[in-house]
Amino acid sequence: MKQFKGRVVTPGEVTAEAVVTKEGFNTLASLQMALQFGDKEVKCGDQSNKELYGKPLINKALCLPQTIGSTTGGLVLYCACSMGKNPACMLFANHIDSLAAAGAVLADVWVDGVTMPVIDGLGDEFLSYVKDGMTITVKADGIVEVE
Amino acid sequence: MILTKEQQAILDGEKGETLAKVMKTLVMYGDAFEAEKLVPITSKYNHLVTSFGLKVMSPVYDLMQQLLDAGVASGQKFSVDPRPLDKNVPANFLQNLVFNKFMYTKQDFYEEQLDKLGLMDKNAFTCTCYMDQVGNTPKKGDVLSWAESSAVVYANSVLGARCNRNSGIIDIMGSIVGFVPYFGLLTDEGRKATWVVKIQTTKKPEAQLLGSAIGMKVMEDVPYVVGLDKWIGNELNDSARAYLKDFGAATASNGAVGLYHIANLTPEAVELGEDLVAEGAKEYIIDDAELERVQKNYPVIWKNPDATAKLCFVGCPHLSLDQLKTWTEDIEAGLKKNGKKKVIIRTVLTAAPGVLEAFEKTEYAARLKATGVITSYICPLMYMNNPLCKKMPVITSSNKLRTYTSARYYTDAEILETITGGKNE
Repeated sequence: MKQFKGRVVTPGEVTAEAVVTKEGFNTLASLQMALQFGDKEVKCGDQSNKELYGKPLINKALCLPQTIGSTTGGLVLYCACSMGKNPACMLFANHIDSLAAAGAVLADVWVDGVTMPVIDGLGDEFLSYVKDGMTITVKADGIVEVE
Repeated sequence: MILTKEQQAILDGEKGETLAKVMKTLVMYGDAFEAEKLVPITSKYNHLVTSFGLKVMSPVYDLMQQLLDAGVASGQKFSVDPRPLDKNVPANFLQNLVFNKFMYTKQDFYEEQLDKLGLMDKNAFTCTCYMDQVGNTPKKGDVLSWAESSAVVYANSVLGARCNRNSGIIDIMGSIVGFVPYFGLLTDEGRKATWVVKIQTTKKPEAQLLGSAIGMKVMEDVPYVVGLDKWIGNELNDSARAYLKDFGAATASNGAVGLYHIANLTPEAVELGEDLVAEGAKEYIIDDAELERVQKNYPVIWKNPDATAKLCFVGCPHLSLDQLKTWTEDIEAGLKKNGKKKVIIRTVLTAAPGVLEAFEKTEYAARLKATGVITSYICPLMYMNNPLCKKMPVITSSNKLRTYTSARYYTDAEILETITGGKNE
């Protein structure tokens, strides 16, 4: 087990299985089809992301450097949270980007009963260490345990 | 974050619970970037990214309704991204059924909401709101609360305005309170380049391919591009602006670029030159081989990769008036060269409603129509955003459309050859 310390963007505690991308996560390309057409597993639809394409994202600990792409990204994430189709948590190696931050904040302020902890600044080592299928535990103070 | 008395009062709920939540959203958003303050928006108009009444996006319309019910409206009029539907664009029975009865059932409802919230006019649906014919063109130094990645990167880079890559919903919240958090691309420091990109190609690089390569490399950083002025000149004329529009859209969709500087061309690069380059900036050299590598790496997800294209979209982001005229001339010349009278693949050129109106007043409109090409104000991305299109071989010269859909990317020259019968892919 290894611990990493990041910054809490939106708070919460959760344990979930990791899905990992070392490329930017394109929120619109990844989630649009799954949300629109009722994919219960919310499989990643981004053909350009070879690490994630086709993998279920719902209730997973999504480990990523940052999000990229369309500025609908934040509202897509907000909709995913409103519909209960969001990842269990989002864990950023880098500083969070403006679109992901918007999505996390919109969900936190405007959606009742949803908790999706978001931690950023976990560092490159975190993304090198974590692998698909590992168990991630997020603590309230921004500690992320990987085993 | 330090708030003014007025801002703090809103946050404390003195102007109602809903406005307090709007302010809380902006403060938390700013806190994520250690913003120290909120600054006033100074542009005349806003621009929103959400133009589509998708049934699945109900949470967005519910939130908008909360704003309307609380009597909260945008302090600025705004333009918004293109409409997702247009009867001019070919669609079969099944597609029309899916579009009208399943996907976009909230379109009319949402457009009514937009109207109440402050839509500029019924024609203000485009991703290129900064075109003269649309009239939402910020001035250098203006502070914006825009969303739409291609418009934000254009406003920052080509017009010299200041805007972060705001998400949908955040865009309108800024203009409701009249302030945005001061961080990132609003600051002098955040506008410095952390990459120097050197163009060493033997010919003019394809705008959307070059943008894609740079976007994928620098992600959300700011690139300072050297050597491009050799190919597109050092004057921001119609041709250069159109090139930078397409280039920027690709940097923003294939990566997350919100601002680029082009040496000797874009306003801040002309003003400040290499002073814009941050200490320790990384370097990326782009030559012919690198562009070829990038293009070859795009996945083809057509069911049958050897299928003949059934539809072609050009104009994501929307074309300028000048581009519509150039495409008309090029298609006519291509057809003549290949001994054809009309395009052999259904082809749609997309542009803002105001640009299309201006185009219709020129002699080019009849000439383009004679080639069999259709014009539309549609958002090609929204048209293709369904499983039916995944089975349909669509080609495009838009790297943004390629990124979000199953459309296959070709350069403008390759598209021209294909649609005018010069070759079949």
